Formats: sequence, C-alpha cells, structure tokens
Amino acid sequence: MNPIGKAWYSLPRWSRVVLLLVLSFVVWEVLTKVLAIKPFLLPAPTKIFAVFLENPKYLLTHSWHTFYETIFGFVVAVIVGVLLAIGIVSSRFLEETLYVLLVTLNSIPKVAVAPLFVVWMGTGIEPKIAIAAMIAVFVIVIDMVLGLKSVDPEMIDLARSMKASKLQTLARIRFPNALPHLFAGMKVGITLALIGAIVGEFVASDKGLGYIILVAQGQFETPTMFAAVVILAIMGTALFFIVDVFERIALPWHVSRRREGDAEAEAARLAAAGARA
Amino acid sequence: MAEIYADLRGVGKTFWSRRGDVTALKNINLEIRAGEFMSVVGPSGCGKSTMLKCVAGLEPTTGGAVKIRGTVVSGPPENLGIVFQRDVLLDWRSVMDNVLLPIEFRRGDKKDFTRRANDLLVLFGLDGFQSRYPWELSGGMRQRVAIARALLQDPAFLLMDEPFGALDALTRDELNIELQRIWNETKKTVMFITHSIAEAVFLSDRVVVMKRDPGEVVEVIEIDLPRPRKLAIRETREFGQYSTRIREIFERLGVYRERT
Repeated sequence: MNPIGKAWYSLPRWSRVVLLLVLSFVVWEVLTKVLAIKPFLLPAPTKIFAVFLENPKYLLTHSWHTFYETIFGFVVAVIVGVLLAIGIVSSRFLEETLYVLLVTLNSIPKVAVAPLFVVWMGTGIEPKIAIAAMIAVFVIVIDMVLGLKSVDPEMIDLARSMKASKLQTLARIRFPNALPHLFAGMKVGITLALIGAIVGEFVASDKGLGYIILVAQGQFETPTMFAAVVILAIMGTALFFIVDVFERIALPWHVSRRREGDAEAEAARLAAAGARA
Repeated sequence: MAEIYADLRGVGKTFWSRRGDVTALKNINLEIRAGEFMSVVGPSGCGKSTMLKCVAGLEPTTGGAVKIRGTVVSGPPENLGIVFQRDVLLDWRSVMDNVLLPIEFRRGDKKDFTRRANDLLVLFGLDGFQSRYPWELSGGMRQRVAIARALLQDPAFLLMDEPFGALDALTRDELNIELQRIWNETKKTVMFITHSIAEAVFLSDRVVVMKRDPGEVVEVIEIDLPRPRKLAIRETREFGQYSTRIREIFERLGVYRERT
C-alpha cells in the first residue's frame, strides 16, 4: 500500500469519516469560488453555515416540530405495526385479508394521498403524524410478521411438550425471537417517518423544516433551503442511531452475534425503502 | 418382565403431499420398558425422528397407536423431557432462566425449582455459568443446559433426538459418559435417537435398528455389557461384535453403497 493509503487507514474510523466530510466541504467551497457559481444555484458551505449563525433559534424551533412529528408518527407506527403483525400471525383470516389489504395500500404512493389527510385532519400536527406513521408502518409490519414466523420449529415443539399455551408461546418465545427483525424494521421505519413528516409539511403547514424549505424556495433563499436540508440529514442520521442504541441496550444477545456484513445489508435495505417511499 | 412404559402398536405415519404420499413409518411395534435405555439407529430419513415425535405426542399417528403407561397418546404426555439435536436455548435468557423455562409454562413457583436447577447445572459442570448467556457458551455446554432443562421436573421419561449429533467427537464422548452416569443414578426411561452405532451400543440396554423407505424396525438387539461402562469398553471384543452386527444389518440393507 502507498504511504498516503497507509496513513489514511492508521487513523481511527470516526476521524476518517469526519475528515472525508471536511474534505468534501473544502472542495465544494473552492469550486463555488473558482467557477463563480451563483449562490442561489449552489451556495458555498460557509454561506449555508452563516444562515445557522444568523438565526439559530428560528431553525431549531422548526427542526423541533419536524422531529416531534417524526417521533410521534414513528411510535404510532411501531405500536400499530406490532399489533397488526401479531394479529396476522395469530389468525389465518387476518393473514388472508389484512395482509393483502396492506400490500395494496402500500403500493399507493403516499405523497398522492397526503392531501386527503389534510382534508380529513386539517393543517395541524395530526396529518403529519398520520402520514409519517402510514409510511413507516408497512416495513414494521412486514419485518415483525417475518420475525414472529421465523421461530425454530423445534423450539415450538419444545414449548408444546412443556404444555405452553398459545399466548405463553407468543409472549415468551415468538415475541422476543422477533425483536431483532422488529429493530431492523424500525431502523428503516424511522427514516421513512422523517420522510412522511416532510411530505406532510409540504402539503399544508406553517411549521417545520418542510415549511422552511417551501418558504425559502418562494424567496429564492437557496442557502436557507440548504441549511434545512443539512439539518434533515443530521436528524435522519441521529434518529437511525438512536434506534441502533436502543437495539444494543435491548438485545445484547443479538447485537453481539451480528456480523460485519450486516451493516452493509442494512444500508442497502434503507436505500431501497427510501426509494419506494 | 419389567413394566412397559411406552407401547407402540402398529404405528404408521404417512405424509400426504401433491407429489405423492410418503410413508415415514410403517407398522412399528415396539415396547419401551420402564427404566431402560433404548436407542434407535438408522439411516437418514428412516423416520426415527418422526417416531420420537409420535411418542412425544407432537405428531399424530396415521395408523396404530402409542400408549404411555396404558394411556393412548393424543398430545404431549405428562412427565416427559425432550432434548433435540439443536439445543434450542432462548438467546435472551440466562442459562439459569433457560433451565427454569418449563416452570413458567406451568404456573409453578420458580423458587422451588431454582435449587434443583442449580444442582443440575453443578452436576453438568456448569457451576459459575448460571448468569451467563447461551451465546457465551460452547456447543457442548449449550447442549448440557438443554439436557438440564429437560431434567428440571425430574421426568420419568426422556426423549432425545440426536442430542450430540452437532458436537465434535471429543465433546460427544464426554457427554456420553455424563449421560450414562446420570442414567445410572436415576434409571429414567430413555428413548435415544442417533446415527452413531458406537454411541448406541455404548449407552443402551437395547438398540432398535431401522431401515428407510418405508421406515420400519428391522431388528432389536439386547446389549449385554456390564455397567457402568467406560469409554475403553469400545475397544473390547464384545463391543466390537455388537457394532459389527449392526453394521452388517446396514450393509445388507445397502445403506453404505460401498464399492467392492
């Protein structure tokens, strides 16, 4: 390996990530200066950062709204998703009806039905939560159903030989066994919930980062739009890692077993789900 | 004549599928005596696991009946412990809580059994591992936990489906010795399924030899070797004669497909 490569990999992993980010910002800054790109097309990073410093309270208040809607919608999605999944695996009738219905509903682009939610629920926080939950719930149901079903058949045989009731088998074996799948679904779900919150804000809103982007667009305030996008990127990443931390706390038995390649697989799943939404 | 613990009369099991019916078991007649260690050997697909599931009441028979102490089996009977090839421990529970699992399904008081669970873990050389988690243990240790779990309520009848099949040869020997010791002390009725002729001869009072397509009992061989048996017994002439006899049955059945 050449000396630059050697030096690069001798750095700790997190510092490589930070360095890469800083480096791309520098290139970006230099390019906008050298090529004299107009700020309303592509503002330099320093210009975007200046927007933060100008009025941090304004951006943070609106960020909080978006954050709140996302978390609320996500929690609703998890509760509804888990209950639906339990229903689907417990009843053949529900599996044949509800499951098919869910697949159909999921194939509708959520953005297309967002205006309906405004008609039903007004322009307050409710439609944003509903849209966030609606986008996130599907992946959670799918993963939870998979998890509840993927129990070793011998484990079920063992439970039967111990005279466990169906409810006991669900509570003590199927449900804990499904948790790794649930967390996989939640990681994708929380990212989707953020998309849902922004979609809701785009349709009708006077608060949130989606609202800021729309207003800034109307005034050709491109640096403000970029500032909002950067905050969204940070928020999305943070939300993902919050779920990750919860997973580590809740499932040490699973995390310890997880292999390296799984992180890449998860990233690919995330990307695919984002594209669907 | 010893008391009959489990009695299989004309037991048959056919799986129906679109590609045609598969007869896993055909007219099995077998008696398991109370307090005996009985092994079942046979090639893959001879229905030995299916037979165990029928005895455990986990799989209904499609012909004949299984009786346990005179009662026809229609669901998992009382007083039964099962060990599978995979240990099927719950990853999210400590070793102790895994062993205590059966109690939670029975509304029993856990406290009464904690001591017993602990004794079993000590017996299996797992003292100090009570609060560890399955993923921290080796394969042999995990299977010991699974056996301790099966023994928790001191069942009279123990069903073991290739319990040591996934372990390395040394660990397997070790567990064979431990299992024999426990059986000597408790004289439980055991039905033990294995692929290994040596394991079957070493542990058993009787070895049931099965064939496949369809699964049938070919022969039942009494193993008349003194107990307790040491591993070295496997090198004796008597032991060799038993092994040879079983191997010859398999040869006759064309199990090995050896070219001469």
